[in-house]
Amino acid sequence: MLADLGFAIIVITFVLALYSAIIAILGERKKSPILVESARRAQLLTFPLLTLAAAILIYQLINNKFDVSFVYEVTSRSMPTYLKITAWWGGQAGSLLFWSWLLSAFTSIVTLRNWDRDREFLPWVIVVSSVTLAFFLSLNVFFENPFARFYQTIDGVSAYTFKPAGGVPIIPDEGQGLNPLLRHPGMIIHPPLLYLGYVSFVIPFAFAIAALVTGRTDDRWARITRRWTLWAWMFLSLGLVLGARWAYDVLGWGGYWGWDPVEIAAFMPWLTGTAFLHSVMIQEKRGMLKHWNMILIMLTYALVIFGTFLTRSGVLSSVHAFAQSAIGPMFFGFIGMTFIVSIALLIWRWPELKSETEMKSMFSRDAFFLFNNLLFLSVLVVSFWGVIFPLVSELFTGQKITVGPPFYERANAPIFGTMMALMGIAPLTAWGKSTALTLGRALWKPTIPALFIPVWAYLSGYTNWVALIGFFLVAFVISVTLYDTIRSAHARQRAHKEKFTTSLLRLASRNRRRYGGYLIHISMMLMAIGILGIELFQTETQGTISKGQSLQLGRYTINYNDVASWDVPEKGVNHTRAVVDIYKDNKYIGQLYPRIDYYFDSNQTMTIPALRSTLQDDLYILLVDWEPVSASGATFKIFHNPLVNWLWIGSLALIASMLFTAWPDKDPSLRPVRARKHAVQPGAAD
Amino acid sequence: MKRILGSTVLSLVISALIIATVFAQDSIPSDDEVNAIAKNLFCPVCPNTPLDMCPTLACKAWREDIRNMLAEGKSEAQIRQSFMDYYGPRVLSEPPRTGFYWLTYAVPPIIIAAAAFMLFRALKTWKRSSLMEADLDEDDALTSDDEYITRMEEELKKRN
Repeated sequence: MLADLGFAIIVITFVLALYSAIIAILGERKKSPILVESARRAQLLTFPLLTLAAAILIYQLINNKFDVSFVYEVTSRSMPTYLKITAWWGGQAGSLLFWSWLLSAFTSIVTLRNWDRDREFLPWVIVVSSVTLAFFLSLNVFFENPFARFYQTIDGVSAYTFKPAGGVPIIPDEGQGLNPLLRHPGMIIHPPLLYLGYVSFVIPFAFAIAALVTGRTDDRWARITRRWTLWAWMFLSLGLVLGARWAYDVLGWGGYWGWDPVEIAAFMPWLTGTAFLHSVMIQEKRGMLKHWNMILIMLTYALVIFGTFLTRSGVLSSVHAFAQSAIGPMFFGFIGMTFIVSIALLIWRWPELKSETEMKSMFSRDAFFLFNNLLFLSVLVVSFWGVIFPLVSELFTGQKITVGPPFYERANAPIFGTMMALMGIAPLTAWGKSTALTLGRALWKPTIPALFIPVWAYLSGYTNWVALIGFFLVAFVISVTLYDTIRSAHARQRAHKEKFTTSLLRLASRNRRRYGGYLIHISMMLMAIGILGIELFQTETQGTISKGQSLQLGRYTINYNDVASWDVPEKGVNHTRAVVDIYKDNKYIGQLYPRIDYYFDSNQTMTIPALRSTLQDDLYILLVDWEPVSASGATFKIFHNPLVNWLWIGSLALIASMLFTAWPDKDPSLRPVRARKHAVQPGAAD
Repeated sequence: MKRILGSTVLSLVISALIIATVFAQDSIPSDDEVNAIAKNLFCPVCPNTPLDMCPTLACKAWREDIRNMLAEGKSEAQIRQSFMDYYGPRVLSEPPRTGFYWLTYAVPPIIIAAAAFMLFRALKTWKRSSLMEADLDEDDALTSDDEYITRMEEELKKRN
């Protein structure tokens, strides 16, 4: 009964979303505020309705209603309540409902804003968001009903939305339980953050389309959605970072990023989103790149849907393809339709989106932002091609192939290097006019201290030339950023006769976008140190040893001390845990406990690495789960990951920097003002 | 004498067998040697999983195949080729550089180069048009100055 109610609510919401989209178009065409208001109210109603549907689903999950197939697939009696709640997004049908629920929430927030100044956008924002919502709800209504129940028919036991003729309801005693890989804390938060990022990007896209339809070709749409875009980017970045940590902790390959198609699917909208965040600044400040920004936000939206499609359709085989179903063609059709309509609108408005000024110099900040965009899109091209080429190959040759990490690493490494160089140079360029000479004069001072770092690294034994270039670029970006910030703070200190720290804080708090951006750059560089460390200097060994024997890896020795195995019935898991003594340069430094967890409900194992983390390195020990484990012999795999913790430190710094940047300014007068047509000298505040 | 000779021969044969066994044991490739090759091969049945990390029994057997091939003295290239011949190109961590698969490597640089070319052309066009605008502004300034000076001289002549 409750399941039927849940499904009925989804159907009603689907109809409301369609109604909202159609009535908004009619209201706009007939210039009827009543119809537009009706569309707005219908749209607003979707959120409480979907919240109710979600509450019903969560109730079913918590109360072990295994007659509902989704509940059966993702929960078991032994799972703790918090995991039963988070199982909402642990399977196909639930995660689609989660997507819809988030979108309805975000659209409601937008719809509730004060529309006095931008009333012409409202109907079209409702149309775009409601069409997207209707699409995702249609997947739940027609293909992936999270409330479908089991019935026994003459064909066997299957899940049905409606009771089949002669069907007998089936209530299994126990569920299959959530995939153990998804029970990690990182994985509990990772999907919602990624989805928050994905869904947030729908809002700037909706405004961009509204701007095209209404012909309001100034930068108003970009200004309204600036903070949305920033939050979307922040959530997507957090999702990616948490996903990386999850992979490091759970997948047991000793790394954080495997260039898996589904990882790339989340990475691609991040690339276009980052390019958009940079290039939209040129539109706001100089009235340029209006076409380009439209293209970027359209691409981001298309890639958001494409990313969900890859994750949910199972079209590409990958370790993430937990859920596979027949929704692929629907997704494909929707991506195609929205992309074609968006491009058609852009072509229609092309002449009106002409730049208000021209690019004056190859060495201006505008030009450097464009180079930066080119690089982000280059990584996108490599990544997109790598993801779809196996499909292309299968289509034309019938032969499936793998495009693995070596391809992406070789192609993207030089692009990332160039990107880092630009990240260092761009802050010292000026908007509008700039010459090579002025840029050279600004650059030489911060370059000199940066040169010391690769020299120091070389003398410390890091002789790999790629690493030396990488360390130089990291130092260069940090040096330039600090140099420019200190110089600006000194200028303010002289002008306002205040303390240096006061100047620095006021400068940063009144130019959040610029200095938040700088903080993000520095955080990225900290992450780059970790990436360089693990990518270029990781070592590993594997061996089977008996109790009392040891394995050596570089300066580390691990000694197999003991093993124990025990059940935890209330959690439905068996732990097999080894005790290993760790020595560095033959000096005892402690014990580690790698283990294997076996989950009874899902009949799956997880290898949980034991970690010894320092700023210098990680010692990462795995108890290999495909070999027998006993006191007489156990197989260990050990990774030595130099500098990897800088990746996580940089990630934390990134979170703080993003919060600083996206935090709303208290005083509206402090918000960045348009500085178009005024060339700003290097170092001057934005 | 015969007994001494017989026991000597037997001792030699047993010693040879023991030595051969010891050498055979020494030549069993280590896990690290196997993984160094398995790392660059992908499981033919599990999606996107490198062979050195795959926990399935099938992959365990394939790693043993690598160990046996190494023990037979085969090189990494020969082992990779043997896997490819048997399971197809999907076992390689990236497509082979032959025929149709060249597209994997050729398409991204072509697109990126085209985009870079378009960007530089656009930048040059913008730069040129902004320079022309500046020239036009200067011409306008000169013309208006000239007119102003001419008119001023005419006025001065009239007054004189």
